[in-house]
Amino acid sequence: MKLAIASGKGGTGKTTIATNLALSLADTGIQVQLLDCDVEEPNCHIFLKPEIEKTGPVTVAIPEVVEEKCTGCGVCADVCEFKAIAVVKGKVLVFPELCHSCGACTLFCPEGAFREVPREIGVIEEGKAGGIGFIHGLLNIGELMSPAVIGAVKKAGGTPDVLIIDSPPGTSCPVIEAVKDADFVLLVTEPTPFGLNDLKLAVGMVRELGIPFAVGINRADVGNDEVKTYCGRERIEIVLEIPDDRRIAEAYSRGEMVVRALPEYGKTFEECWARIVDLHNHATQAGTSVGKTEAEG
Amino acid sequence: MKEIVVISGKGGTGKTSIVASFAALADRKVLADCDVDAADLHLVLNPKIERREEFSGGKKATIRADECIGCDRCIEECRFEAISYPENSDTPRVNHISCEGCGVCARVCPVEAVSFEPVVNGEWYISSTNYGPMVHARLGIAEGNSGKLVTLIRREARSIAEKDGLNYIIVDGSPGIGCPVIASITGADLVLVVTEPTLSGRHDLLRVADLASYFRIPSLVCVNKWDLNPEITEQIEKEAEEYGVRTAGRIRYDRAITEAQIMKTSVVEYTGGAVSGDIKAVWQNVVYGLG
Repeated sequence: MKLAIASGKGGTGKTTIATNLALSLADTGIQVQLLDCDVEEPNCHIFLKPEIEKTGPVTVAIPEVVEEKCTGCGVCADVCEFKAIAVVKGKVLVFPELCHSCGACTLFCPEGAFREVPREIGVIEEGKAGGIGFIHGLLNIGELMSPAVIGAVKKAGGTPDVLIIDSPPGTSCPVIEAVKDADFVLLVTEPTPFGLNDLKLAVGMVRELGIPFAVGINRADVGNDEVKTYCGRERIEIVLEIPDDRRIAEAYSRGEMVVRALPEYGKTFEECWARIVDLHNHATQAGTSVGKTEAEG
Repeated sequence: MKEIVVISGKGGTGKTSIVASFAALADRKVLADCDVDAADLHLVLNPKIERREEFSGGKKATIRADECIGCDRCIEECRFEAISYPENSDTPRVNHISCEGCGVCARVCPVEAVSFEPVVNGEWYISSTNYGPMVHARLGIAEGNSGKLVTLIRREARSIAEKDGLNYIIVDGSPGIGCPVIASITGADLVLVVTEPTLSGRHDLLRVADLASYFRIPSLVCVNKWDLNPEITEQIEKEAEEYGVRTAGRIRYDRAITEAQIMKTSVVEYTGGAVSGDIKAVWQNVVYGLG
């Protein structure tokens, strides 16, 4: 089972839930791997404190001009939809940060004057945290293409019993990259107007992707009841509620695991997992594979 | 005229609540919500939309089934695995979510069966609020190109500020350090980073401070809910200083921040309590920091 933890709004508790869920599953002997796909601001390592065993660069292919072959015809700049190539006075300029590695310039250059070279945009680190397999990615400062680093983290993942993906906040391309092939998505929110607004956007996203999902509410006793009313109306299951417990906030601030600092919460995560498994089985039997084709245009 | 961008690295640290209070405190300003894929500022400022425009961030490919000869050239050359045969179909289809908009398929198709047209993937608005003009947007669900939309919003906000001779452009940025954040801060006069006194907040602040210094933008830091962990607050402020990032002030933990959000008003208008004093002091330091 591949479970993605996502949210429209940032700071709702994705990382807390991803890490504590991973640890409570590992405690019961389930083989778990956690992929931290929030490559702009990864935080899971602060809580899991993994021993890193392997580090590697994440590279993307960018074009390089072979000067002797280039005639300065400008076809490369014409076919680049991302304005990553300009031809000025017969000379080709490549802007690597803007390149999407689509290969158009290399493919359509009439002289075959491009070769592709790797360019590092981030790193991935792999290791173990107790019984949990751990992988995260870090986008280099000043780089734009976080989806490429997210893709690399996911590719490095294995096929454990349970794979947990901690995704970045929002609803745009990096989030899609993180959640798109998940079997189930847990959307984390908080019961405030901002939380509700961003939850609605996230629900729109997972529905578009055709992935079964449920909601978890963090700091469930602050704010108002509108998130619950919305979920009821939309027939969305709420599988987790974490109260606004100052002890959780303090444990979090020090980088401690909730299920270790406050073992009474172990049950909360175990029950959440049982509900997710139930809903996932139910969705699989109901044949949501039909829903998945809706994403195709 | 000065442009201030409020960002956070880590999400959920209180950016939007602080921007809403700045909206109430600053005189002669335009507001810009650049957190385009989870925009929330409108929930507090209650904008009245006066102009509405479509946003197209790029093109997408579509295969015309009746013209396709099934040669699979498009599938071979697409690097984003966006083209495949749906079950029980003998024509390939483009998955618009995976499509990067590079146009390679349209160019390699020998019978020109692929159309490659601009798609609308959002809307942007110029609105009036009780606090002044506001530029904001709504990015379509599951769409990319948020950086382009951010750039557009900032450009519109700037042109309003120039036309009306305003003093400030106040920008609500997005979390992270990637494409939309870079689009939000390049060329701004000052970045205010809002963080929280947690190890995550500290980690994310250092990355975002690095980003601001990479683009040579002066930045200030503000620790929100500082009293949740005074030791980490001090540590964050000290480390930020080493990065050349000065402290704009501390904001205490107060449930009034959430209550104000529910009442759809800014914190400084909702309560005369100490937390409002904290936010006012931060704004004073921002103004001072702008020189």
